[in-house]
Amino acid sequence: MSTFTETAPLAPPRPLILRRPKSTTGFSSWFTTVDHKKIAIMYGGTALAFFVVGGIEALLIRLQLAGPNGTVLTASQYNTMFTMHGTTMVFLVGMPLAVAFGNYFIPLQIGARDVAFPRLNMFGYWVVLFGGLFIYSGFLFGGAPNGGWFGYAPLTSSPLSTGTLPGHGPDFWVAGIVLLGIGSTSAAINFIVTVLNMRAPGMTLMRMPVFTWMMLVVAFLTLFAMPIVTSAMIMVFFDRNFDTTFFLASQGGDPLLYQHLFWLFGHPEVYILILPGMGIVSEVLPVYSRKPLFGYSVVVFSGIAIGFLGWGVWAHHMFATGLGPVAISAFGLSTMLIAIPTGVKIFNWLGTVYGGAVKLTTAMLFSLGFIAMFTLGGLSGVLHSIVPSDTQQTDTYFVVAHFHYVLFGGLIFGVFSGFFYWWPKIFGRMLDERMGKLTFWAMLIGFNLTFFPMHIVGLVGMPRRTYTYEPGYGWDMLNLLETIGAFVIALATLLFLVNVIYTARRGPIASSDPWDGRSLEWSISSPPPEYNFADVPRVEARDDWWHRKYTEDADGRLVHLPAGGAVDDAEAEVAIVDDAHAGHGIHMPSPSFYPLVVAAGLPFLGYAAVFLNPWFLVPGLVLILFGVYAWGLEPGTEPGTEH
Amino acid sequence: MAAIEQAERELPAVPPAADHGNGAHDTHTGVVNPKLGMWLFLSSDCLFFGAFISTFLLYRDRGNQKGPTPADVFNIPFTSVTSFILLMSSLTMVLALSSIQRGEMRRFRIWIMATALFGATFIGGQIFEFTEFTRQGLNLDTSTFGSSFYVLTGLHGAHVTVGIVWLISLWGLAMQGRMTQADSERIEVAGLYWHFVDVVWIVIFTVIYLIPK
Ligand code: HEM
Ligand SMILES: [Cu+2]
Repeated sequence: MSTFTETAPLAPPRPLILRRPKSTTGFSSWFTTVDHKKIAIMYGGTALAFFVVGGIEALLIRLQLAGPNGTVLTASQYNTMFTMHGTTMVFLVGMPLAVAFGNYFIPLQIGARDVAFPRLNMFGYWVVLFGGLFIYSGFLFGGAPNGGWFGYAPLTSSPLSTGTLPGHGPDFWVAGIVLLGIGSTSAAINFIVTVLNMRAPGMTLMRMPVFTWMMLVVAFLTLFAMPIVTSAMIMVFFDRNFDTTFFLASQGGDPLLYQHLFWLFGHPEVYILILPGMGIVSEVLPVYSRKPLFGYSVVVFSGIAIGFLGWGVWAHHMFATGLGPVAISAFGLSTMLIAIPTGVKIFNWLGTVYGGAVKLTTAMLFSLGFIAMFTLGGLSGVLHSIVPSDTQQTDTYFVVAHFHYVLFGGLIFGVFSGFFYWWPKIFGRMLDERMGKLTFWAMLIGFNLTFFPMHIVGLVGMPRRTYTYEPGYGWDMLNLLETIGAFVIALATLLFLVNVIYTARRGPIASSDPWDGRSLEWSISSPPPEYNFADVPRVEARDDWWHRKYTEDADGRLVHLPAGGAVDDAEAEVAIVDDAHAGHGIHMPSPSFYPLVVAAGLPFLGYAAVFLNPWFLVPGLVLILFGVYAWGLEPGTEPGTEH
Repeated sequence: MAAIEQAERELPAVPPAADHGNGAHDTHTGVVNPKLGMWLFLSSDCLFFGAFISTFLLYRDRGNQKGPTPADVFNIPFTSVTSFILLMSSLTMVLALSSIQRGEMRRFRIWIMATALFGATFIGGQIFEFTEFTRQGLNLDTSTFGSSFYVLTGLHGAHVTVGIVWLISLWGLAMQGRMTQADSERIEVAGLYWHFVDVVWIVIFTVIYLIPK
């Protein structure tokens, strides 16, 4: 069985209904590509676009709250805004960004030519894009989601006839989350199989770069968390449309069940959002400190521990629901426990930087910012694990402050660090460092200006999810500061986009290894060829690429090896010549239409669910059945497409 | 841009794997990708069913039990027979797989069709059961027992239905001669799914019908 084709070729081959797409370059190729690197770029671009949208929603929220008695939004528009902001940031920014980086760099870091399921990979992307557009289409078709990103039942699950949320908002939300779950589960399966099965020879698990490790943990978390929220969504759907009473207390249902199911998903979800950032930081810090990661195995195992512990603490989101003293004490304790592996990681990162030859590049600044902000967020998190203080802070702005320190600090700072670190590898051009540093400082200042005062307004009692407030509570000044901060963040983001556009033409061309990196992605050209590695590398150590460049001299100091490194120069020479002229007979999977066809069928099922209109099922099922069937018959690699 | 020292020096080459990485693509786990992928999907599906099974257990004796109770509606001998038929379909699936592995395509077509028919019989039984229960007054919206019963068993039925469509497609391909011994791995993957759906039913059947209140 070839690892690079999903199915064995069938006999006798017969043309399928759609002619197989040929081009692997140009505009149309983006619709049919199965190259994990191109798909990664699509994920990244889509997530950035949604980041801008979610950011605009945040700005509207902040404008509304800038002063007392705000009139920018009505109460119900406000509900829509914070719901869509939270939903967008979690499902359409955080998860796709992680998948973008994972898609690009997992294969490169483990020395693989591709992912395990190239077409499934493409399918996952389209589902995420269509799922996002589907949710947003609620604005056009009778109501965008407005029940919060956690969609608490019975608020969201009340029957349409008597519902407290008129319109189709919760319907779009419920169906959209299920769609996005399909997308993220496909990505998770793909990542796990890729990492477990397709590592280069010698790339043992304990030699894998930490980023790849953390993505593996994230993939497992996604795999086990998404079905749980899907089940809750299905129950909400039935409650709304078919008068079931899963969550309706007056009819024997139990609203707490929804909260259990949701947070059983929701807490691991938080780690799904943060662990990729932790992985990126663990790549960036050693490179710019010119030291190996301090305590590699501890970092890996604490990541795994977080993955496990993340499942045992969900009910800390429910301390105010009257679970009973035993349950809440247990969850309080387990929540404090999870601070330990997190603290251990912070210690390791500091240990990596300590005594290193630190280079303060933009990527490094964002990583250091990550550590600082994430630590602050973690500390206020520990306060939540103390049940009495949580009871006090629940549903105030203190909580909003806490989770933005964790999510913005952990996710966005980590991701920006990754952008600046890996950009040259992806696009072959360096981002501008001066603009980059300005972006960092603007973001750091704007971030703290926005979210630090939220701790205080929270402690003095400002509840979250209120669309306006009266003057005279002492909240006015702090809220104004927060709004100004939010605009500074927006400026920083804008600056980043300017940087991207500016350097696309004028940025210095990146060499294959501009940062003197440590892991395998830096051993191939920037951007890498379609097949990644002309020769699949043989890995002999952790930080293999670094060890090929450096050796210890007699005094134990690191010295640079001469060109050609430890390998025989002549042999390397031959390999390169081979590569350029003769080709390697490498078979890469051919592009395909069918992932797009199948994915295009899914939103129709979503509309059928929202409008309870079976006619939507027809085009949906036709597309899906045709697509799946043709996909199954199409060989993964067309013969005669060698590189 | 002082910080970016574009490394101009020549870089060493990473030595290639013995076969230049182009030859045999053994996997590290020894399980081929499609099978491992299916295992992962099924492990995810376990949690999906787990959530509904827990919900059923939470609700079956709770709250307003207007309308019929489990004891009123269940016809355990009947369901035992349809469950047995579903179990038998796992056996025929095994036979289908071993036929195609030996290249006996005629037998393969028979067994895969038998599997689909057994599955369809089970679905037929479920449809009969649902109509019978509603006739006795247990509806989706009668009680939390009704809600959780219909949604759980209905979702399982949906899984079986997807499996049946899959099996019949495989049968159709085999009839057209587009399925050969070389494709046995695809049958193995379909078989994993089918066995999983059967095993889940054993759990559901035990939890819903057999465990007494
Ligand atoms: C531009 C920066 C951001 C600003 C100014 C901002 C502002 C806000 C505000 C004011 C709220 C509270 C709404 C309310 O409770 O009434 C909120 C909620 C939320 N934010 Fe942000 N946010 C920003 C970025 C992010 C990011 C990057 C994430 C996650 C990756 C995020 C995730 C959330 C979530 C999950 C909620 C809860 C929504 C809900 O209650 O349904 N935010 N945000
Ligand atoms: Cu939590």
